Amino acid sequence: MLSIAAFLGGRNAQAFPSFGSERTGAPVVAFCRLDDKEIRLREPIMQPDALIIQDATLLHQVDVLSGLKRPEGYILINTNKTFEQLGLGEFVSGMMSGRLLTIPATELSIKHVGRAVPNVPLLGGFAAASGLISLDAVIAAIKEKFSGKVADGNAAAATEAYKTVIAKMEEARHA
Amino acid sequence: MLKQCEGSHAVAEAVALCRPEVICAYPISPQTHIVEGLGEMVKSGEVKNCEFINVESEFAAMSVAIGSSAVGARTYTATASQGLLFMAEAVYNASGLGLPIVMTVANRAIGAPINIWNDHSDSMSQRDCGWMQIFAENNQEALDLHIQAFKLAEELSLPVMVCMDGFILTHAYERVDVPTQEQVDAFLPPYVPRQSLDPSDPVSIGAMVGPEVFSEVRYLAHAKQLQALDLIPRIAADFKTIFGRDSGGLVRPYCLEDADTVVIALGSVLGTIKDTVDEMRAEGHKIGVLGIVSFRPFPLAAVRDAVQHAKRVIVLEKSLAIGIGGIVATDVRMAIDRMPIKVHTVVAGLGGRAITKSSLNRVFHQAIHDQIEPVHFLDLDWSKVNRVLERERHQRRTGPIAENILRDVGVVAAKLA
Repeated sequence: MLSIAAFLGGRNAQAFPSFGSERTGAPVVAFCRLDDKEIRLREPIMQPDALIIQDATLLHQVDVLSGLKRPEGYILINTNKTFEQLGLGEFVSGMMSGRLLTIPATELSIKHVGRAVPNVPLLGGFAAASGLISLDAVIAAIKEKFSGKVADGNAAAATEAYKTVIAKMEEARHA
Repeated sequence: MLKQCEGSHAVAEAVALCRPEVICAYPISPQTHIVEGLGEMVKSGEVKNCEFINVESEFAAMSVAIGSSAVGARTYTATASQGLLFMAEAVYNASGLGLPIVMTVANRAIGAPINIWNDHSDSMSQRDCGWMQIFAENNQEALDLHIQAFKLAEELSLPVMVCMDGFILTHAYERVDVPTQEQVDAFLPPYVPRQSLDPSDPVSIGAMVGPEVFSEVRYLAHAKQLQALDLIPRIAADFKTIFGRDSGGLVRPYCLEDADTVVIALGSVLGTIKDTVDEMRAEGHKIGVLGIVSFRPFPLAAVRDAVQHAKRVIVLEKSLAIGIGGIVATDVRMAIDRMPIKVHTVVAGLGGRAITKSSLNRVFHQAIHDQIEPVHFLDLDWSKVNRVLERERHQRRTGPIAENILRDVGVVAAKLA
């Protein structure tokens, strides 16, 4: 959906899963490249500009943070906790604080969709954090994938996440 | 219309636009999303006059495809890996009978050891089966090649495999331009069979042929594939006239004009190779790329013409002919027979091992300086290999290799690179 939103915003986008391990409960990784020119590269992304972490309990199971660009990388985590509470205080020291963000995406999805599907609110949050895709494009991507109540609920969750992140970034700017 | 979608979905849309009359399918990763998508389109009525048949195995899939193609129906199926092996007997029959079936092979490794990830072992295992084999570089080309494949198959009355990298393409979301029904109809006329089982004009198809003319029948199959060497570029030119883009053809050159070193490859890895070559060109290396679209028939003359001024050729292939080395490289050597060009075989990306720009950069530099062996295995971990070899030198009952090597490396969560 991130790649669809980027496409709708006029960018080239390539999204692909880490193959084979997709099953309920297993850690899964997926990649997305955004560019203004054609994307030909097919290698997995080993040095991401941004990380979206859907399940913070995996942080100490899978080496998800390795390769993240420092100090300019973005981290967006689905959690109620702070980076310090997650044991990431040391890792993020020296990184740009306005790019270290958390949102309670699971709660937002339960509130708006009725199920723990945190990926869409995280997408709204990423749109706000990165400025690479617009909230409108995220909502259009949601409507391409879903319809009716599911689409509306996800759009509401993405919108609330977007606003939450914008507010947090404002806060960080004034802090 | 431009859209952002999964490669499998793009292929399903392309096949639907070709007005197939019979689609038979048995699910196997990474091909499944294609036939699932087509199943939905047939059920919803989006694809009309089409029978979607769920079969009980890949062998049945190809058997049903043979039957439906023999009665004159435009027929499609898709498979991968063990599925292709399981249908192998029928695959040979389809081509031997001259039936223009189009089949997607979502390229995947074959076992044992079982592995669901991408390489080209599956379609390469059927390289001599009489089907034409064309390889897609990206999802746009996968979409386009399916439309071209029906035309190619039906003009020659020979089946075509459209090979696309499993997961890397089938499961990747990227931008594709989906043509209109009018465009596809203008390019691909309704299927008029050269032979069909028709009660009003009865014939039999599938005679037994003895030694007196078996060679002649076989030669005609070969001659037909050679005709495709002329037809494939013509179809690509027609395609460009209607759809406005370059797609298909026999080979695709990139930065070859002054290249001393030419990298030859098939499929999606060409994208990563081109990015690597751009960087090496910026450093001053005279290096270029030749993508092979048509692997069967193999375009000997086109390959020879493209690399004739090079000093060395690096054939990077996602397949291994165990006991000799490269498969594509062997064909390339035949193309440049007696020319003063050095050929390096680089076996890469087996079983889904990521092929990275940094590894390519390293191995191309090594090849330029003659620092690699004639058959080189990209990123092979010699410590793991040597550990097994060492154990086998000292012990007779060493146990299964796959299990041993997994035990040596410990539990890994599907390491990519």
